[in-house]
Amino acid sequence: MTRAALLVLADGRFPAGGHAHSGGAEAAVKAGRITGASGAAGLEEFCQGRLHTAGLVSAGLAAAAALGADPVELDGAADARTPSAALRVAARKLGRQLMRAARATWPSGELDALAREFPKGAHQPVVLGLAARAAGLGAEDAAYCSVYECVSGPATATVRLLSLDPFEATGVLARLAPEMDVVVRRAVEAGRRCVDEGVDALPAGSAPLLEISAEVHAGWPVRLFAS
Amino acid sequence: MHLDHTHPHTDRHDGPSGVSADAHRPDGTRRALRIGLGGPVGSGKTATVAALCRALRAELSLAVVTNDIYTREDADFLLREAVLPAERITAVETGACPHTAIRDDISANLEAVEDLEDEVGPLDLVLVESGGDNLTATFSRGLVDAQIFVIDVAGGDDIPRKGGPGVTTADLLVVNKTDLAPHVGSDLARMAADAKAQRAGLPVVFQSLRSEDGVSAVAAWVRGQLAAWTA
Repeated sequence: MTRAALLVLADGRFPAGGHAHSGGAEAAVKAGRITGASGAAGLEEFCQGRLHTAGLVSAGLAAAAALGADPVELDGAADARTPSAALRVAARKLGRQLMRAARATWPSGELDALAREFPKGAHQPVVLGLAARAAGLGAEDAAYCSVYECVSGPATATVRLLSLDPFEATGVLARLAPEMDVVVRRAVEAGRRCVDEGVDALPAGSAPLLEISAEVHAGWPVRLFAS
Repeated sequence: MHLDHTHPHTDRHDGPSGVSADAHRPDGTRRALRIGLGGPVGSGKTATVAALCRALRAELSLAVVTNDIYTREDADFLLREAVLPAERITAVETGACPHTAIRDDISANLEAVEDLEDEVGPLDLVLVESGGDNLTATFSRGLVDAQIFVIDVAGGDDIPRKGGPGVTTADLLVVNKTDLAPHVGSDLARMAADAKAQRAGLPVVFQSLRSEDGVSAVAAWVRGQLAAWTA
């Protein structure tokens, strides 16, 4: 593995469509569930909730894909773990965008095969795991990318939505780093078990409010972010 | 770039999610010409797109991608005006950053363009309209083949002098709403001289869409681009 390749894949400027999505932050801001950086209605608590639910699920899928688990089965497992139709659409859209960027960056037969299987996009974490493989990275790297973007997306979006101080938002991400390490370890362990035991070994945590508010958000006539 | 040798007609990528600016589609046919329209908020990009659709739809197979900043306003305007059938107009959501979606991370726009070609093609021309942005917003060459930058006389007659990537490098600069010049005190001769000095020979069109056939000069330029593309 090369650490520099990890930076390329994890870079927020990697052109894979993430900038148009808030990871649920836009709906949470509108509902008054994020009003500042920390505290009861803080970005930090929102990200923490995301990290241990949707973040762990995504990272587990990404790790399993990076370890060589069947991506079609993983895609089905991702569908089953995403109750909100709007979030399934968003995950496939982002998967398709990541697929384009990854194939251009690290050409790979496995990515080509998955693109043929899902011309309109597989779930983003599955594509991320295969992109990591194509880049010569491992399961832990894929899980780190997944976990980090699960919190950096809402943090960036909240800077735009609330005019939050960008230094405070970055401080939130830094404070969450030890918890990200923990989630990555759990995700990689689950990814390894998935290879041996099948997709039922993957985490299935859920944040009902994220799912419900994603459905509401998708119906708004006016919004800044796609999800 | 991944080279795929299974297609006899082309050495290009093989998937619908292929890379970007390739001139051929996965089946080996030549894709539609893509022209981007950018410029500040309110300068008349959507009105120009609507007028171009009306002027060209009888002779060309057309589609439009809009990049609204936070609504579907532009797409809805085009639908309301019925300049094209609804299935030929797609709106892309840009996450508060219209310039990112046309320059730094073009994947959502590329998908919109490719889906239009798949679903309503074959197409001759796709117009990609940017959300209203600032004077530095330009399109990636990975997304469009040529770009039009639309400013208007009411936004200040010093804009051509101030320059910026849109004004200086766009393949065509359109100075819109010339009918308003006397009312807002804009000096068209000065704007023309400044634009000429900034653009090193690149063309400039002054237009008013209030007059009949007001879009004809821009439409003629688009026909010229298409002739060069298909030659």
